[in-house]
Amino acid sequence: MASPRATSSLTSRRATSSRAGDPHAPVTNFVLLKLLVSARLRSQLAYRGSFFSDVAGQVLLGLTEFVELYAIVHNVSTFGGMTLAQTLLVFGLASVAFALGDLLLGETDSMSETIRSGKLEVLLVRPLPVLLQLATSDFQLRRVGRLIFALAALAAALLLTDVHWDPAKIALAIITPLAGAAIFCALFLGAGAMQFWILDGRQFANAFTYGGRYVASMPGAALFFPIQIFFTFVIPATLVAYAPSLVILELDGPAGIPAWTGWLGLPAAVVLSGLMLLLWRAAIKKYTGAGG
Amino acid sequence: MPIIDVENLSREFQVMEPAGRFRRRRKTVHAVRGIDFTVEQGEAVGYIGANGAGKSTTIKMLTGVLVPSSGRVSVCGFNPVPQRKALARKIGVVFGQRSQLWWDLPLQDSYPILGAMHRMPEADWRPRFRELADQMDLGEFLTTPVRQLSLGQRMRGEVAAALLHRPELVILDEPTIGLDMISKEKLRQFLDAERRDNGTTLLLTTHDMSDIQRLCQRVLVVDDGAIAYDGQLTGLAEVAGAVRTMVVDLATPMHSGVLFSLPDGAVHEGIEANGIRHSVSFDPRRLSAATVLAAISSTAEVADLSLHEPDIEHLVRQLYGRARG
Repeated sequence: MASPRATSSLTSRRATSSRAGDPHAPVTNFVLLKLLVSARLRSQLAYRGSFFSDVAGQVLLGLTEFVELYAIVHNVSTFGGMTLAQTLLVFGLASVAFALGDLLLGETDSMSETIRSGKLEVLLVRPLPVLLQLATSDFQLRRVGRLIFALAALAAALLLTDVHWDPAKIALAIITPLAGAAIFCALFLGAGAMQFWILDGRQFANAFTYGGRYVASMPGAALFFPIQIFFTFVIPATLVAYAPSLVILELDGPAGIPAWTGWLGLPAAVVLSGLMLLLWRAAIKKYTGAGG
Repeated sequence: MPIIDVENLSREFQVMEPAGRFRRRRKTVHAVRGIDFTVEQGEAVGYIGANGAGKSTTIKMLTGVLVPSSGRVSVCGFNPVPQRKALARKIGVVFGQRSQLWWDLPLQDSYPILGAMHRMPEADWRPRFRELADQMDLGEFLTTPVRQLSLGQRMRGEVAAALLHRPELVILDEPTIGLDMISKEKLRQFLDAERRDNGTTLLLTTHDMSDIQRLCQRVLVVDDGAIAYDGQLTGLAEVAGAVRTMVVDLATPMHSGVLFSLPDGAVHEGIEANGIRHSVSFDPRRLSAATVLAAISSTAEVADLSLHEPDIEHLVRQLYGRARG
């Protein structure tokens, strides 16, 4: 009589131990990451009212940016050689990339506060890389508002533009927002690292991050030639959206941003991320006084 | 092998100071200059000194936050800065002024994350957490968000957080600052028990001398970046020439202390309460309290008395004076 019960309790115990909740399970990187991110999300939901108004604010902010572009294109019919729908594609790609980058590393631009308040020392005496702790402690869910708007803009642009899709273009359309996100992550990282040297460098750093976003979301041909070169080959902001859009839309680029640069997004992201990670390491070393 | 081994440790900083209207001059500040000390496992050491004496700089070098300019430092067998993450698993650090808890979450939510950071499976951190929560009476506010805790509650939470991974060495920077008497006492009792039961080494900086009296067998006094005293607290009193004070309340008022005919080494310090309360300071190395009392009793009837031990802050100040002079 008792045997079926015993069997069921045995199986249920086995079921429990094979779940993630096994108390003896070693802590994997994934488990740790999940804990860190979920803690962050719950922290933000602690202030519900301000959370939802933040999300709404971020959507509104994205909308305002778009209205600004619309106002220009509406009055001049083409903006940097692009129609409204084509401009929207650049805007959508850039916004998705920026929203993702901002979501991950957006608050490294308040690094000077982290340093000044002594919070950095708390992060340094934990057995985890500082960057991982920063990325998870500043995972701003409200920035999802920006991402939602950006995705909507991108979807609208893809519907409105007349693209002759082929495998290469499809691949480029998928890689572009991710490479763009990596470029913005790198810019945020660089902005954070810079503040180890210039403690009041937040505004200066914003010139590269928010300034980069501004440049990325407009047709590059509208820029003054040296600026085109600078924001393509030094700070690769035009590679985030405009240059790949030229390839997708089969348009010719301006002198400073030839259409072939549309394929440079991913390599630029890799190079820039590598450089900024080195800069970040140097920044941490500088803080600990280990040179740099 | 000592748990902390510091040899000829120095740290200097370059700071810019104004020189003329626009020019600035580079100036070298020696925060820590050539200190030597070792701490054995299970010791409790108080690290005291005035503000700017070099306490935090030393702590930063011990925890791997700052590289020494010169000298050698080894903590738990590690070279702190290059092996910072490995060291972080062996030590617990409490910064009195900064929180390492998740500010907006209920207190209890911080511990699973910290446990995971130290790669402790739940079966490992959960019992330890229960033990800490029990000993520090965290129970009633475990579900309260950290930002809503009182300072005393938060500090108990912080100490539990620093001890969750059973560190060999706990470094506490001003752990009792701003706490009320009861919270201070609870924290001290807990730390003392932790040291005695688990052999945890304690190193604490504080401005509160009763922390040292209650917790530490040994004090390190740092002044102007150098160790001015290393030894027992009682020895510190001797070195600095401490005086004890006897306060007596007389049965009938006396308006002068001259009549007491005090022995050599005792000084009449003052009269309060209309001649009722008299205070007499004396050198404990030359006179006993009984001798002083006998001298007073021979001229006046003593109704009540109290003895005041040397104020350690005062001792440290005297010691600084000696080291400088």
